[in-house]
Amino acid sequence: MIGMVIQVLTLSGLILSAGLVWYFRDLLSAAISFGVFSFLLSMEVLFLQAPDVAIAEASIGAGLTTAVFIIAIRATQKVTEADGE
Amino acid sequence: MNMSSLVRTGAGILMPFLLVFGFYIVLHGHLTPGGGFQGGAVIATAFVLLMVAYSYEIIWERISLEFLKNTETLGLMLFILTALIALVAGLAFFGNWLLGAGGLFGTPVSYGINPGDLNTGGVIPILNIAVGLDVLGAMSVIILTMLFAVRRDA
Repeated sequence: MIGMVIQVLTLSGLILSAGLVWYFRDLLSAAISFGVFSFLLSMEVLFLQAPDVAIAEASIGAGLTTAVFIIAIRATQKVTEADGE
Repeated sequence: MNMSSLVRTGAGILMPFLLVFGFYIVLHGHLTPGGGFQGGAVIATAFVLLMVAYSYEIIWERISLEFLKNTETLGLMLFILTALIALVAGLAFFGNWLLGAGGLFGTPVSYGINPGDLNTGGVIPILNIAVGLDVLGAMSVIILTMLFAVRRDA
């Protein structure tokens, strides 16, 4: 019963964070939200008793991919609408 | 440009724990979940954390691209040499020539339920270490090359 509740909460968090990636206009917020999505996915894989996949997902999904996005975002410049692009 | 002081301090505190955890996963690859690939990815995450937190100039001075390339080459050479020594020892390719010899990683596995001995497995821990070095070098090289490519003011 308690396992069922935890899995439903984790899957709801997955859907919520995936929606937030689409919703945020700020690129850094979207990248962090994608990191949260990967973290919740690794937790879900851990609940399904595959700790091997969970370690790989946590390090590559939440660590390396988020770092790639953040490095790419640091190379961009913020343009506001008042600047007229 | 550097990230904020909060990010830099957090990366500095987290990095040693990530390194210890990654090397633990690599060395216990034949006993616990994980192995060479997962441990190497965790160690690479520790280096990438520093690359995200600090500016391009500081990374350029302290982390060498050649060193990471040599690490990757060393891992691959160790992997294929371990497989080739088995041919010299009279076994098949990738044969387990250290198993039961009593030396390094050579203790015979005891029967029944036991907590696991690190000094078992023969050639498997050596292959895990080789894959760990390879993945650590390769993933760090990918991120470091990307950081140098976008260096304009990042």
